Amino acid sequence: MTLASASTDAAVVPRRGGRGLRRFARHRLALIGACTIVFLILAAGIGPYINPYDDLHIDILHRFQPPFVGPHLLGTDQLGRDMLARLEMAGRISLTVGFAAMLLSIAFGTIVGMVAGFYGGLIGSVLMRLVDAVLCFPSIFLLLTLAAFVEPTLFTITVIIAATAWMEVSRLVEAQIRALRDRDFAVAAVALGASDRMIMFRELIPNAIAAVIVAATLNVARAILLESYISFLGYGIQPPVPSWGNMLNNAQEYLVSAPWLAIIPGAAITLAVTGFNFLGDGLRDALDPRLDVR
Amino acid sequence: MSLYLLRRLGQSLILLVLVSLIGFALIHLAPGGPLAQFTLTPGMSSADLARIAHQMGLDRPLPVQYWEWFRRLLIGDWGLSYRDNQPVLAVIGSHVPATLELMISSTLIAVLIGTWVGVLGALRRYSIFDYLATIGAMIALSLPTFWFGLVVIYAFSVKLGWLPAGGMYTVGDGSLLDYAHHLIGPAMVLALVTVAIWSRYMRSSMLEVTSQDFVRTATAKGLPRRVVIIRHALRNALLPMITLMGLQLPTLLGGALVTETIFTWPGMGRLFLDSIGYRDYPVVMGLLMFTALLVLIGNLTADMLYALYDPRIRLD
Repeated sequence: MTLASASTDAAVVPRRGGRGLRRFARHRLALIGACTIVFLILAAGIGPYINPYDDLHIDILHRFQPPFVGPHLLGTDQLGRDMLARLEMAGRISLTVGFAAMLLSIAFGTIVGMVAGFYGGLIGSVLMRLVDAVLCFPSIFLLLTLAAFVEPTLFTITVIIAATAWMEVSRLVEAQIRALRDRDFAVAAVALGASDRMIMFRELIPNAIAAVIVAATLNVARAILLESYISFLGYGIQPPVPSWGNMLNNAQEYLVSAPWLAIIPGAAITLAVTGFNFLGDGLRDALDPRLDVR
Repeated sequence: MSLYLLRRLGQSLILLVLVSLIGFALIHLAPGGPLAQFTLTPGMSSADLARIAHQMGLDRPLPVQYWEWFRRLLIGDWGLSYRDNQPVLAVIGSHVPATLELMISSTLIAVLIGTWVGVLGALRRYSIFDYLATIGAMIALSLPTFWFGLVVIYAFSVKLGWLPAGGMYTVGDGSLLDYAHHLIGPAMVLALVTVAIWSRYMRSSMLEVTSQDFVRTATAKGLPRRVVIIRHALRNALLPMITLMGLQLPTLLGGALVTETIFTWPGMGRLFLDSIGYRDYPVVMGLLMFTALLVLIGNLTADMLYALYDPRIRLD
């Protein structure tokens, strides 16, 4: 993401004493990120088995219960449904979409970048100019246009999010593969008569994997953000299936009377996205030496 | 330099063709394609539809259709809105200023605050300030913009009552002050992300410059630190930021869309969402193409400005 190039400045200035502090702090941030993610996955995974309330149980008599006072830990929404139960079930959906969209975008982006970087020439230029062209469209505009075209299901939403998030991965992988292609071990593999596919998947990709892992982590964050936004607007995951985004659907309406309806799901999204961004940033630091292939 | 500019222009033209091809493909991907408007009308027989398709040239080969569409795109004939039969370009044009004003004001905030935070972070590298600025930027980039907008409305409009909750003017009041009052909220929300990005890039750009020989020379010849930082380092560190402005245009436009929907700011973002709601595909596609072209032109302009201001570019 955008922090990528900003944090690669380490090599420019000679290291000073503070560097150690910063490295430690960053790794601690990565650790916090990882813990947050594990916590959210556990909460979404086993939370619903512990929580006595059902996420779809409507209880009009007890609607708009504020959080932290009654039996409902995080209060209830406009239909009296338990917010915590909804949040947990929504977490399942949002995290699943985030991971699935990441996998799709990484797979597609890696293949495009790999082919472009390995073959270069006309194929490479055409593919990479195509990447440039898609990047001209602001991703949210592209995503909403696609969302207006498709029947919103878990599957289609995942696919269209991935469709707007693979381009940076392609750029990254293309640069890596292009640099690795001429290195001795790759040339040796060619001399040994390995097939193109063999060289790409067995020799080049494993050496570019660090960059892909970092991009993958950051892409989960991005996918969760995008899903929450289109679901918030009503073009993403459709109720009654809850997602963190569509829980915010009517929240603006009740901002005055029941602000927690807006604040709680948004905090969950922020927590998840921050967690993945922290982790990705820490991973980049940890994998730094191998990111530099020149 | 002219060679560089020519090459850059050529690249942009290729990109323009590719962008238009993607746009054309998307139009035909839309449910019902360009005919959607008519298939939804009750009482349309298939013979009617075939006739309309023929009138619209939809029965001709795709390359011919593309060429026709691309020609119209260039001369500014972008079709008519389904909703009110106005020319698409005119509809978009009437919403451009609001978005531009929002984008410009948040960019100004980003340049002011972001430069300050970035420079200070670079000069006091690894200090508490630098550390907090780094974490702050990362959290800012993780916040869902639409949710942050809701929080700002809740805090500043609902609780404190300092800012209006949305819109551009109070009904019956069209003064500049009223407008500025309405602008603060959305500009602040949109600036959150731009400040974060700007300060990060400013920091690394400043770090790169301050490690170079001419800065050491300036310090060595006894110039006051202030002069070295502002006159020598900052001026050079700001140069690459021109490119950043171009590169960040898609993010800024996307952010503007999100912000406008929360604050009911009558710009392109609102128009885009309204048009999607009405399934007004000509306007949707028009906006998509318009923003892509804006990004294309923005990047080209940024590169040219950079070449203009940085004499080193002329060498290659």
